[in-house]
Amino acid sequence: MNPIAKVREAVAHSGHTVPAPRTEDHDTAAEAGSGPVVALHDAAVRVGGRTLWSGVDLRIGPGEFTAVLGPNGVGKSTMIKVLLGALPAAGGEVRVLGARPGQANGRIGYLPQRRSFDASMRVRGTDVVRLGLDGDRWGVPLPLPTARRRAVRERVAEVVELVGASGYAHRPIGQCSGGEQQRLLIAQALVRRPELLLLDEPLDSLDLPNQSAVAALIGRICHQEGVAVVMVAHDVNPILHHLDRVVYLAEGGAATGTPQEVITSRTLTRLYGTPVEVLRASDGRLVVVGQPEAPAVHTDRHGIPGGVRAAG
Amino acid sequence: MLLADTAVPAWSWNLIADFQQMWSFPFMVNAFRAGAVTAVVSAVVGWFVVLRRQTFAAHTVSAVAFPGAAGAVLLGVSAVYGYFALCVAAALVIAALRGSGDHEESALTGTVQAFLLAAGFLFIALYKGLLEGPQTILFGTFLGITSTQVTVLTGVGIGVLAVLALIGRQLLFASIDPQVAAGRGVPVRALSVAFLVLLGAATAEASQITGTLLVFALMVIPAATAQNLTARPILSLALAVLLALAATWLGLTAAYYSPYPLGFFVTSFAFAGYVTARGMHALHTIRGRIRPSLPAKEVTA
Repeated sequence: MNPIAKVREAVAHSGHTVPAPRTEDHDTAAEAGSGPVVALHDAAVRVGGRTLWSGVDLRIGPGEFTAVLGPNGVGKSTMIKVLLGALPAAGGEVRVLGARPGQANGRIGYLPQRRSFDASMRVRGTDVVRLGLDGDRWGVPLPLPTARRRAVRERVAEVVELVGASGYAHRPIGQCSGGEQQRLLIAQALVRRPELLLLDEPLDSLDLPNQSAVAALIGRICHQEGVAVVMVAHDVNPILHHLDRVVYLAEGGAATGTPQEVITSRTLTRLYGTPVEVLRASDGRLVVVGQPEAPAVHTDRHGIPGGVRAAG
Repeated sequence: MLLADTAVPAWSWNLIADFQQMWSFPFMVNAFRAGAVTAVVSAVVGWFVVLRRQTFAAHTVSAVAFPGAAGAVLLGVSAVYGYFALCVAAALVIAALRGSGDHEESALTGTVQAFLLAAGFLFIALYKGLLEGPQTILFGTFLGITSTQVTVLTGVGIGVLAVLALIGRQLLFASIDPQVAAGRGVPVRALSVAFLVLLGAATAEASQITGTLLVFALMVIPAATAQNLTARPILSLALAVLLALAATWLGLTAAYYSPYPLGFFVTSFAFAGYVTARGMHALHTIRGRIRPSLPAKEVTA
């Protein structure tokens, strides 16, 4: 995908503008029965003295698919880090699965940004998936035929089947293609039956057919298995049919709501502080033009592996 | 390297008689014991070295073993303590230099490594009484391994394996997938430091059999061979141990019955195993390609 000449397109209907500090019946439903999986209230984050985003209000219920969108460098990945508790919020309130961020990480599946295993990684896909299940335990698993071992093996097989990776999960993961590796990594994130799945640009580095296939897989997991998904995305197009909610981050603030509400000329113009137009193509697709996206920033975004500054 | 007093013993192909003859010397029994302990420990640690791609760190630690041993001899203490002291110290220095990033500070490590090697050379020059010169430290020997040395090697070896048994699964997770492991609460950074210390101890052990320059013969080659043969973690770990053990004992036998040095034999046997494994792997790949091409695969973008 050519990042320079790229236009952002989205299928959406005409919508209304959503003001940045969006509060929707925030405190009433929170305590009732099944609370929100993620609740942000007036949240802000600061990295290196610079405020990346602020005034973000967001409530994600069980089984909802949320995309975190925005230009590069606004702190989309940082949002994931905040939800994981790896980075403290500079302001406002953040609750994840009813606890402070980082407290409930055992119930969260996390897929970091662009990981790939090169051909010299001689470990099977099933081993990588299995590490997601018990890799944080002490000791070494003994190759004895115990009930526990059988249960582990069954769960791994089940989740590999769920992502459709049974055909190649036994191969060394370094020899799997990018799409195959991504499916196995999603299986790894899912193997503990998380209630929340945090995905950081999972479609990045995949070709177009794989993008839509993996997007459909994530949508299916989200809606059928009831796992709430927060997905950082560079391009909303492949996931748009599956989305319930959009968080649009930009330098000027943030907007949350349904895709139809957020991806509009008025909202984006206000967020960017510069005229942005959302056009409707003849097939109903939306094209976002006038978005200030410097190519230099784009190529730079994977420069600092693991660093918080690499916020995409 | 030669058995100085006696002529080179003759290999008779009567295995029982040969081994009885070889093991009638206490120093050979000690060499086989020490070799076994070292092979197991370095193969297991080396398996993680290969997986984590830390061969340069391993190389640095092993190079530092040379001034360690030379310095210890110069000070009049057993070389064993020199090996352990400097190897573990070097591992800690590497851990400290790496900072928070996971990539190796190769330039800095290389600089320090060069200086320490030079220091080791000076120690050798200062200690004029060292009979074999730097050669035994660099390339290993099986002569004069004492029972005390075997006890020390065994003790340290058990310690290393016990710690690895405790942290093994978390270390595997942190090696394969550090980001997700960290997200799951695995102490990735602490594990990395702990592993470097284990690496230092294992390198010190291997140095005493293969010499500091040929540590990779037991540390890297068996593990690389095993990982080439299978992608099952437990199986390839067991295979690495077996290969290292075979290379060491075969090497000891060959060195006993020939006038040539131990380090050469151990390394050559290990290398032969590696070449065979690569050859089999390549053959397998070629056969896979010749077979009717599979349905269109996903392309890595």
